[in-house]
Amino acid sequence: MRVAGKGVIDRSKAVSFSFDGRRYSGFAGDTVASALLANGVSLMGRSFKYHRPRGVLSAGSEEPNALITTGTGAGQEPNVRATVQEIYEGLVTRSQNAWPSLDFDVMAVNDLAAPFLGAGFYYKTFMWPKRFWEAVYEPVIRKAAGLGALSGQNNPDTYERAYAFCDLLVIGAGPAGLMAALTAARAGADVILADEDSLMGGRLNAESGAVGHQSGAVWAAGIVAQLSAMDNVRLMSRTTVTGAYDGGMYGALERVNQHTGIRGAGAPLEAFWRISARHSILAAGALERPIAFRNNDRPGIMTAGAVRAYLNRWGVAPGKRVAVFGNNDDAHRTARDLAAAGVHVVALIDSRPDAVIEGATFPVFKGAQVCNSGGRKALESITIRTDSGEEALQVDCLAMSGGWNPTVHLTCHMNGRPSWREDIQAFVPTPGSIPDMTVAGACNGVFSTRACLSDGVEAARTALGALGRKAPAEMALPEAEDTPYALSPLWAVAGAGRAWLDFQNDVSVKDIKQAAAENFSSVEHMKRYTTQGMATDQGKNSNVAALAILADATGRGIPQTGTTTFRPPYAPVAIAAMGAGAQGHGFAPERHTTSHKRSVAMGAPMIEAGLWYRPSYFPKAGETTWQQSCDREVGYVRKAVGICDVSTLGKIDIQGPDAARLLDFVYTNMFSTLPVGRVRYGVMLREDGTVMDDGTTARLGAEHFVMTTTTAAAGNVMRHLEFVCQALHPEWEVSCTSVTEQWAQFAVAGPMARALLNGMLDKPIDNESWPFMACGDVQLGGVAGRLFRISFSGEHAYEIAVPSRYGAAAFDALLGRAEQMGGGAYGMEALNVLRIEKGFITHAEIEGRATAFDIGMARMISAKKDCIGKTMAARPGLVDALRPQLVGLKPVEPGGRLTAGAHLFEREAPAIRENSKGHVSSVCYSPELGMMIGLGFFAAGPARHAEVIRLVDHLRKVETEVEICHPVFLDPQGERARG
Amino acid sequence: MRIECPMCGSRDRREFYYQGAAVMLARPDPQAHEADWEAYLHLRENPAGPTRELWQHDGGCGAWLVVTRDTVSHQISDTQLAADVKRAMGKAS
Ligand SMILES: [Zn+2]
Repeated sequence: MRVAGKGVIDRSKAVSFSFDGRRYSGFAGDTVASALLANGVSLMGRSFKYHRPRGVLSAGSEEPNALITTGTGAGQEPNVRATVQEIYEGLVTRSQNAWPSLDFDVMAVNDLAAPFLGAGFYYKTFMWPKRFWEAVYEPVIRKAAGLGALSGQNNPDTYERAYAFCDLLVIGAGPAGLMAALTAARAGADVILADEDSLMGGRLNAESGAVGHQSGAVWAAGIVAQLSAMDNVRLMSRTTVTGAYDGGMYGALERVNQHTGIRGAGAPLEAFWRISARHSILAAGALERPIAFRNNDRPGIMTAGAVRAYLNRWGVAPGKRVAVFGNNDDAHRTARDLAAAGVHVVALIDSRPDAVIEGATFPVFKGAQVCNSGGRKALESITIRTDSGEEALQVDCLAMSGGWNPTVHLTCHMNGRPSWREDIQAFVPTPGSIPDMTVAGACNGVFSTRACLSDGVEAARTALGALGRKAPAEMALPEAEDTPYALSPLWAVAGAGRAWLDFQNDVSVKDIKQAAAENFSSVEHMKRYTTQGMATDQGKNSNVAALAILADATGRGIPQTGTTTFRPPYAPVAIAAMGAGAQGHGFAPERHTTSHKRSVAMGAPMIEAGLWYRPSYFPKAGETTWQQSCDREVGYVRKAVGICDVSTLGKIDIQGPDAARLLDFVYTNMFSTLPVGRVRYGVMLREDGTVMDDGTTARLGAEHFVMTTTTAAAGNVMRHLEFVCQALHPEWEVSCTSVTEQWAQFAVAGPMARALLNGMLDKPIDNESWPFMACGDVQLGGVAGRLFRISFSGEHAYEIAVPSRYGAAAFDALLGRAEQMGGGAYGMEALNVLRIEKGFITHAEIEGRATAFDIGMARMISAKKDCIGKTMAARPGLVDALRPQLVGLKPVEPGGRLTAGAHLFEREAPAIRENSKGHVSSVCYSPELGMMIGLGFFAAGPARHAEVIRLVDHLRKVETEVEICHPVFLDPQGERARG
Repeated sequence: MRIECPMCGSRDRREFYYQGAAVMLARPDPQAHEADWEAYLHLRENPAGPTRELWQHDGGCGAWLVVTRDTVSHQISDTQLAADVKRAMGKAS
């Protein structure tokens, strides 16, 4: 219920939202949690394992209990913390992990079965019988597991990736962070101040103490106003810094529109930032820890700091009759603030007999403990244990405090381990855990407001020193609370029953002790055995207490027990935010050729080739299968003329006095002897002797070559050439430039290819001026292009290149003429048939294992020079006559089926792995031969032409007798290409 | 992680391609003993500490770099153009 006159919410702006179908009203500035508490709703969720009724425990992003689902339909988002989600008009929220309803949850029977479901239950129970795992256990576990559910539909929301750079990243805008940012900003540094809350100020907004002559909240707002007026400061609220990475990189999640109803139309829901900071100051504050006692998880039991936050920031009293239970002085403030606001404080229970409690207007129990609670879906009573026995108190809210844990998480992201401080019974960051990071304020174990303000200034001075900047001479510090923080450890109250530690994963004190008893005494083992700290909150509230209990159970100290490692992200990040822009078509860039539009218009199915898209075939009316289209297109090339866009092949322009020397070094064969105006086929090896790539290179001038690579290897070859030029031979004068995108290139192939070109070139060509493997400049309708007489089909063929801006027009013109001449466009399927018929290899053959010897090109390795891969290619094992080598394959029966990937066996040998003597790499139906043909590798294959072997494809259940033959099926003398 | 490219300045590591140990700069003579070739191609140290490795700024200027990186802390202590390193090796031998 609201408390008049308290809080920094805007009471002039009522906001309505719904929870589990009921409408509620809150105010601008409310979270779902504060608004529900104001409406008297304390039951907000069910726990994961035992489905116990739970209410809010905290007032921040560490919340383990109050997880809700926001939105409906495709845009619904599960596991949103009610303590983080701000309300906005029309917000729809639901509880989760309860069926049929939050009020009556069938799965709560798990709680009754709890004696059988303790730590290690899964490991012990689902061991046998083995066959039960897939059939029974896994489906049942999967159904019961998981918190909120995704919609199962495509996510309609947009997300963004963003980048920022700064001198100083200040993480957290509480008293320390604000002073640090102000100090650094006044020194002229570029500052980013990031805070996960919607309102900067940290605990200053949650406490009643004054800073200077103002309330903490007003003082903080004043500093924020000063900072926002400075050009060198960027304020990022609603931004959680989620990870610290190498080299001063930080990940951060900004909840851009999670607090508004704005969706779609380019408005991102969230943005994932990568922030590069020269220095950082971690001022992330501290998280309060609960105390474990029997039934300490009832709705209405929360941390003392959270109760103060609800009261002072949101003007909400979480109960009408409140008790406070703590082991430290800080908890006293909760009782004092509540009493001052007129809320009935039933009792302040301090576990320390010697506690000094000032200004108490309420009953005080020193040296007492809360040992149980009562009520079912809401807290109704607590039992306290004093020297004189046990006593029940009627309360509807209990504020508890076991002390504060500095928020050390980010300092552990690069393998840092925090250090134990006995005086505050908590871990603090170990200096130097993150390079160029300074830790300040409560997350450094500095707890009074005044000390935090001062520590922020000091941290900024350190940062400015590291940045080589002069710090401001003096920073005035306002007066503020400066009381020492005193506590004595109390992790768990002794007694029977279940005392909860990890609320989200339902881990109790008993579970930790059981793990220790079963010898899971290493902290990492205990964690996995009990699932302590493995929920979405990473055990922010509970890990330290669990450690302390483990330390006690194993007779070690806490520092000797050690801690588990915190890893990014600090708070959950939606994969959609990290992968922003990469959904659907954003997943990978698409490269389109200049003929893409025309190909698509012709109905060609486009297939991916790396990032490129290439036409598979061009269907014509009446054709019902791709095979019909493919056979027709093959016919164009064999009988008339076909046009194919080959622009996706890599094109590398190589120039310089040492260009020929470079080519001699990267290719196995000679290029320095290639005359100007001629093209040569080349094979290049990796240094280990296997084939890297093949292609043709044209010599356009004495010091000017254009190399083509396969589509797949274009990037690798370019990188390889750069490596040779820079890292092996920097003394060579040669430069390589990728011109793949600059030239559109088309194959014009078939007996009528020259006739077609002569109708288009400004100057006609003939066999004398342009013989096989000639190249040079041509004019095509006034456009300067290049013509190469090369063939990947075995036919009389050319490739003509024009600057890309003329590509679409050139394709249209070539295609138009081809169609007049009885030809047309051909796609990848036909291209594949044409090359297999000729025994030309692709990366189906040179797949990273094949050597030049294997593909029958050992003789191409020139004896006259060194080249990459030459030495290793000569190793005996790589030239063994029994290696599988390239052969042609055809079925003994003309209708026999060949499949790529099938293994090859001797005719009589059983088709088992040990007997495999090779495999099939490429197959097609050859219209010319009227049967399927293939290329493959077979042991000593070249010596066994005309012998019959067996093809077996166990996957596709194919078995065919095939004859080994020469890999060139058509025109073995190559007369067609030369004609 | 960020890498200081001598040509382009401090850049995000996703602009760079990683190749492996910088021993690749010292290509043996074609006639060298096969043990030298084996060492060049296949044998690599796996140090916990500073290591010299090859990166290419292929999302930037295309320069091959020799980067000295500590495998324990990921701190990069030095970045040089591979071409400069190779030239210096030539002078030294
Ligand atoms: Zn660069």
